[in-house]
Amino acid sequence: MSAPRRQRITFEDIGDVTVVHFIDKKILEEQNIQMIGDDLFKLVDELGRKKLLLDFSTVEFLSSAALGKLIRLHQRLAGAGGKLVLCGISKTIMEIFELTKLDKMLKIVKDEKTGLNSF
Amino acid sequence: MPEFEYAVEVVIANDLGEARRIQREIEEALHAAEYGDRDVFCAKLALEEALVNAVKHGNRMDPAKHVTIRYDVTTERFRIQVCDEGDGFDPESVPDPTAPENIERPCGRGLLLMRRFMSQVEYAEGGNRVVMTKLRSTE
Repeated sequence: MSAPRRQRITFEDIGDVTVVHFIDKKILEEQNIQMIGDDLFKLVDELGRKKLLLDFSTVEFLSSAALGKLIRLHQRLAGAGGKLVLCGISKTIMEIFELTKLDKMLKIVKDEKTGLNSF
Repeated sequence: MPEFEYAVEVVIANDLGEARRIQREIEEALHAAEYGDRDVFCAKLALEEALVNAVKHGNRMDPAKHVTIRYDVTTERFRIQVCDEGDGFDPESVPDPTAPENIERPCGRGLLLMRRFMSQVEYAEGGNRVVMTKLRSTE
């Protein structure tokens, strides 16, 4: 059994949408990204959540490895008949999504309220 | 602003934890040189990608290998060099991650981000060394 560790996300259910907030301001470091990924996938695989709204409003920095996790999560949800939406992305981080053209693949909205209405 | 220039070279174990320590050092150096938030962000992002590439892909996570990091800062620009001990690679052979056939791949975006956020990115020594330069923003 793996040692217990702190969660890297918090989440709340608003209707049938699970809104996720990140504990870390900087989503980098392989180990951290792996833990965040594990926590997110647990929501889908173990807790059966199908509608995830990820709130990035506290995130100041993320690396390409984090993008990889988001892509996998998007694919996992799509495969399960669910949907992933991202919100609260800063202008600088949005540059990263636009540069990599992931803004075309992932659903990105301005804020939580818009996100909740987009499912 | 008075003219200044200094350079630092450090060799670290092939370990991302060690790399993190140097990242913080470089960030502090840029703040001390009064580079703005945007420039520091660019440096952090490019350096993160370059270090992960060196540790994971270049040195293949081999704990016996090392990564050499050199950074120099002047009034006009900063430059960061990252060198691994791997077999090298051809950066031109990295597939375009924005191509439709690659867009859903979970990896392969590091070089794209480095090139976009730094003023200049050059590879040398058969791909073992990357030199990234950022001119001070005028904003």
